[in-house]
Formats: sequence, structure tokens, C-alpha cells
Amino acid sequence: MTEKELRVSKIRSGTVIDHVRAGQALNVLSMLGIDGSSGEEISVGMNVPSEALARKDVVKVEGRELSQDELDVLSVIAPDATVNIVRDYDVVEKNRVERPDRVTGVLACPNRNCITTADEPVESAFAVLRDGVRCEYCDTIVREDIAALIDG
Amino acid sequence: MRHDHLLTARQLSREDIEEVLDRAAELDADPSAARERNAGTLLGLCFFEPSTRTKMSFEAAIKRLGGDVVDMGSVDSSSVKKGESLADTVRVIEGYADALVLRHPLEGSAKMASEYVDVPLLNAGDGAGHHPTQTLLDLYTIRETAGLDDLTIGIMGDLKYGRTVHSLATALTNFDAHQHFVSPESLKLPRSVRYDLHEAGANVREHTDLEEVLPSLDVLYVTRIQRERFPDENEYHKVAGQYQIDAETLEAASDDLTVMHPLPRVDEIAPEIDDTAYANYFEQAHNGVPVRMALLDLLMEDDQ
Repeated sequence: MTEKELRVSKIRSGTVIDHVRAGQALNVLSMLGIDGSSGEEISVGMNVPSEALARKDVVKVEGRELSQDELDVLSVIAPDATVNIVRDYDVVEKNRVERPDRVTGVLACPNRNCITTADEPVESAFAVLRDGVRCEYCDTIVREDIAALIDG
Repeated sequence: MRHDHLLTARQLSREDIEEVLDRAAELDADPSAARERNAGTLLGLCFFEPSTRTKMSFEAAIKRLGGDVVDMGSVDSSSVKKGESLADTVRVIEGYADALVLRHPLEGSAKMASEYVDVPLLNAGDGAGHHPTQTLLDLYTIRETAGLDDLTIGIMGDLKYGRTVHSLATALTNFDAHQHFVSPESLKLPRSVRYDLHEAGANVREHTDLEEVLPSLDVLYVTRIQRERFPDENEYHKVAGQYQIDAETLEAASDDLTVMHPLPRVDEIAPEIDDTAYANYFEQAHNGVPVRMALLDLLMEDDQ
């Protein structure tokens, strides 16, 4: 970890999500369903200088190791994100987010005529395309501003 | 057919389509051929939107197969009026029937409903989404007239909201078809259909003017500009009437052109064309019965 990243305090144990595209940190938390209500200590760095991205966001969640499946959904808004699992201040695992085939229950379909927006017992489901997401129910394809679909 | 349900044309392979069309041809020639194995079969009709052709041809199909229907009736006289969810409605009706036919105003409704039932469910139109059983009868009609390979087809009208168009365009990617889409800018194909056509490597072109392609067409598939699909009445009036054909229009067409329409038409095809050799839309509507007989016969066969 570089000195620059220390602008956001180190965590003892938990998950560091790094190289998030600038401006997406709060969307990352929203997508993960983390709002601090269950007591996790969360640090957010926004517009942190980065060699790879010029500016990036960083999210650190103390006391919780997020699974790869939980983190992969982030790839649709933060495809360059890297994930460090930290235990006793040591990085014990370093991974990239990988594009999943589909994401469920996280994004809301923007088509008001889609069955997933009606009062029915159905969870949203999107296939992840090379350059966007596609509602598995009404086929609507979204390529721009996918973060705006986060159901939160 | 190796499917539990028929929800979109994307499910259909060339083999699936040919199996249905071949069976339809058999049943067209001898409607009683499948009566014995389908006698007593009950088809549940769940129509949440008005329908004449689709509903009546499903009813005729199952009755000609020796079965019968149980009909939910209109939404106004059903439990839907009391606020029952679609998921609950289909779960109840599957207990009364061997297969379900669903038409619903919301896109994706058939897929969701299929997740709640074990009997085969057929999508008879979900909003501006899909209408795969119409596509099968369209393909049957095309095969009987122009043939499905080395086909040049023009699909004209409401390509954005027209569910019959979405399903037909997708299914035609299984064949050697050149597809020309003719519509106003505001009613061009939706992004999802373009994506599927592109992924399938389909041979497609888009036009705003029928004249550009009419002489080269084997089939012209005309669709209604649907008033109810427009959120804005002004937009409807702006484009309505721009894509109508009459005898004068067809002077530029090949003598072998087949004109099709999923019906109902309003004024897209002038009545003077009805008695010409071009007109095929009433035969097309009639083909709904043998094709739906074949589909039901195959689905019930696989469901045994």
C-alpha cells in the first residue's frame, strides 16, 4: 500500500476495495447493501490520486470479509476494482473483481412496463453483457449510467 | 420441441421451428390425426389484454385436438380485479389445466409466470416484448408461399413496440433471410432486438422509405402503428398513416410478392389489395389453428 493510499486510514481486518472509478464509492457501498446500519466501520476515499486511473475511489470495510461473489457484482460499475482481504494489518488475499454472468436483486429495471417493476414476487435479474446489462425479464439493455439502476 | 415453456423466439432453433411447421402441415391435411392422444386436454386461457385471433385460434386448436379450454375470462370479472397478483393467478389456474396460454400487458410477465407453474406455459404476447406463437404461424405462412431460405423480407411499421416483429426478426436468424426494416425513425427496432440480430450475424438493413426496397422483396410484413403503445398522442398522430400500402404502392413490387399482416389492420393495407394475389393475411390468420394445434400437440407430448 502506498503512502498516498494512507489518506484513508488502514484497517486491521476486513476488505479494501481499491481502484474504484472516481465517483463510484458510494454506489459501491449501495450495491453491496452496506449502509453502516449493522455497525461496520467504513472508510471511503474519493478522488484519491492514482497512477492507473488518475483519480480513484477507495472503500474499506472493517471487520467484514466480503466474498468474491458479493464483490463481482461491482464489476458492472467498477470494472477495474481490486480487492484486498486484510487480517491483522496484513493483506492475505488480493483479487480483481470478475465480470459475473448475471446479477440479481441489485439493479432495478428502468423499463416501467417490466414485470419486475410491478407488485409481483419477482427479483430483478440482469445478464451482464460485454458493454452493459440486459434485464432477463423485459430484455431492456442499459449501457450508460448503470449505477443509476442500483436498487437502494 | 425440447422446452417446458415457450416464452420468446430466442428459444427456438431451426430444428424446433421445422418440427412445429412439419407437424402443422400434417395436422392441416388431417386435423383429426392427433385427436386420440390429446382427447380431454384442458388449456387454461389467461388473457389480461383483449385478443380475438390469438385467443380464438388457441381455443379452436385445442378443440380440434379433442380437448377444451378453461377461460379466466376478462380481467374485470376475475380475481385480478380484487388485486390478485399474476403469480397467484397462474398458480391457481395451473391446477385446472394441462397447459396455460398467457397474454399480459407487461414485458417479462410470461417469463415470471413460468417460474411459478409446472405445466407448459405459452406466451401469447407480453406487452411490447414477444409473441412467439404468432411467429410460428408467420413462418408457416412464409414457408408455404416464398420459402424460408434465400428469403428477402421487408418488415414495416411499428418495429419498436410491435411484439410480433421482435419475435419474427429473431426467429428468422435461423434461416438464410435478408431482413429489411422499414419504419419512421421514432419506431425503429429496440436495442435488445438489434443486439440479438447482431449477435446472430443476421443480414439486416434499416430504411425509412419502403420504395428503397420494395422491388427486391419476396415478402412484405406490414404491422399496425399501435396507438395504445404511444405514451404521447401527438407522437402517434405524427407517424400514423405514413406507412400505408395500396394498389399504386405495389406497382413497384415483384409479381410474386406476398403481403402479410398479423392483423388487426386499421388502414395500413388498403382493402383493394385484399382480392389480389399479393394478399396473404387472411390465410396467415387461418394458419394460427394448425400451427397452434402442432405446438400444443408437441408440448403435451414432451410433457408426458
